[in-house]
Amino acid sequence: MSKLRRVAMIGAGLTKFGEHWNLSFRELGTEAAIKAVENSNIDGKEIEAMYIGCMASGRFVGQEHIGALVADQLGLNPIPSTRVEAACASGGLALRTGYLSIASGEHDIVAVGGIEKMTEVTTAEAGFALGGAGDQETELFHGATFPALYALLAKVHMKQFGTTEEQMAAVSVKNHKNAVHNPIAQFRKEISIEQVMKSGYVATPLKLLDCSPISDGAAAVILAEIGLAKKLCENPVEIIGSTHATDSLALTGRKSLTELNATKVASAQLFHQTGLTPKDIDMAEVHDCFSIAEILAIEDIGFFKKGQGGPATEQGKTALDGEIAINPSGGLKGCGHPVGATGVKQAAEMFQQLRGEAGGRQVKEAEIGLTHNVGGSGATCVMHAFRLMENR
Amino acid sequence: MSDGLALNWRRIPERYAMKGNHCTNCKQDYFPSRMICPNCRRKGHLVSKDMPRIGKIVSYTKVMVGPSGFENEGNYYLALIDLGSGAKVLSQIVDSDEQDIHIGASVKKMFRKIGEVEEKGAITYGYKFKVVKPLTEDQVEALKEKNKK
Ligand SMILES: [Zn+2]
Repeated sequence: MSKLRRVAMIGAGLTKFGEHWNLSFRELGTEAAIKAVENSNIDGKEIEAMYIGCMASGRFVGQEHIGALVADQLGLNPIPSTRVEAACASGGLALRTGYLSIASGEHDIVAVGGIEKMTEVTTAEAGFALGGAGDQETELFHGATFPALYALLAKVHMKQFGTTEEQMAAVSVKNHKNAVHNPIAQFRKEISIEQVMKSGYVATPLKLLDCSPISDGAAAVILAEIGLAKKLCENPVEIIGSTHATDSLALTGRKSLTELNATKVASAQLFHQTGLTPKDIDMAEVHDCFSIAEILAIEDIGFFKKGQGGPATEQGKTALDGEIAINPSGGLKGCGHPVGATGVKQAAEMFQQLRGEAGGRQVKEAEIGLTHNVGGSGATCVMHAFRLMENR
Repeated sequence: MSDGLALNWRRIPERYAMKGNHCTNCKQDYFPSRMICPNCRRKGHLVSKDMPRIGKIVSYTKVMVGPSGFENEGNYYLALIDLGSGAKVLSQIVDSDEQDIHIGASVKKMFRKIGEVEEKGAITYGYKFKVVKPLTEDQVEALKEKNKK
């Protein structure tokens, strides 16, 4: 990172996550971007480029070519505007692309967005669109759904480490509890272990309440080169690390089924880049598309030993006031998971948390946070680390 | 399932005969076939190979809510199956008792209808697997008796 310029977030904006009957795809994106621009106290004309994470607008709303579309809606044509796609990690990868565009010296101020509008198609159609995040020819063809792919990972974890369905349920319970305090969350309602256990299998051992929902939503952040960020903003949040790793789309190509290698690689590189260790991290937004995915994440990043993610969650170590706050926003489970928006929402959450603006879900004395955004069943992992800038 | 007719035709050797390939340099099997060996890249040498018809379950799940194209399937079992020499396959497990489907169970390849290509109504076929139970001691004894005669 040494030759790269330093980059900070100076504003964030989010729509509510959930079902938006009255807002279209373009309106969701525009609303989040307007909020981010207002939040960063700039006019908007300063934005030199835009990067938008979106997984499957073609399948969900029949609209492609969304880079230029959203730039037009914001009155920002003719600036360059790029759609970034990496399945459910599209948002995180858009953030990284925007980060690199400033770090490289190409731009000084950029907007990063993430949008997905998933509720205009049937659940089966949405499932098919999401299935494209896995291997179409060898997984979808044989009847695999996304819950089924993560169920296959869960089963191995249970067999190898004794992880229980109750421990997985504890992930959903904790994330719902955090979401109660998040005004944009889809589910602002606590649930009990018993409710998760009784919620009915989708693909054994995963039940309905182990799964993140289908959602509409958008998120946006404004990034600036650090010198400019200090001029424009009283308390910018610096992006102190950014990494990206890949693996086989299909589970059959993985060397191990008890870990996501892309997470192992991206997190090791992030700690190397920043000189930090897992112990230095106060909070993390991790990709809990399914409860087992959060358990895998907190182990693979190194917050807990392999096999200890389930017990740690059950013991409250990942709660808002635990050893390390995992998914203070409510995660994908509590907030909802508009796939392209999730990675940007995670960054927006870090922005609000580090500035002390997170209200009832504020992590106390949080100085360093990280985000972990996964595409598919682990074929892409994008991670970022953040720190509040001393600006006085 | 909405993949087209041409795609399904193109995949017939893979889906009917489980034709994959094998790298003579690192001895690794690949299924489906790859164009280069990811281990050896330019040093690799890939030759066509029919995958073993038997394997072991590495993980499995009972799918209660299927994707589009599988609405009429009811609940079904999916498993990750280790074919040995490096190749794994994801497949449905059919014609097996529920209690026999577990991690480590031996399975063998079957040939079955998989689904229908949306709108065009074409039926796709391919591999599914069934559990093969080890012979009981009585069965082994019976076979020994039979061989003596
Ligand atoms: Zn090779």
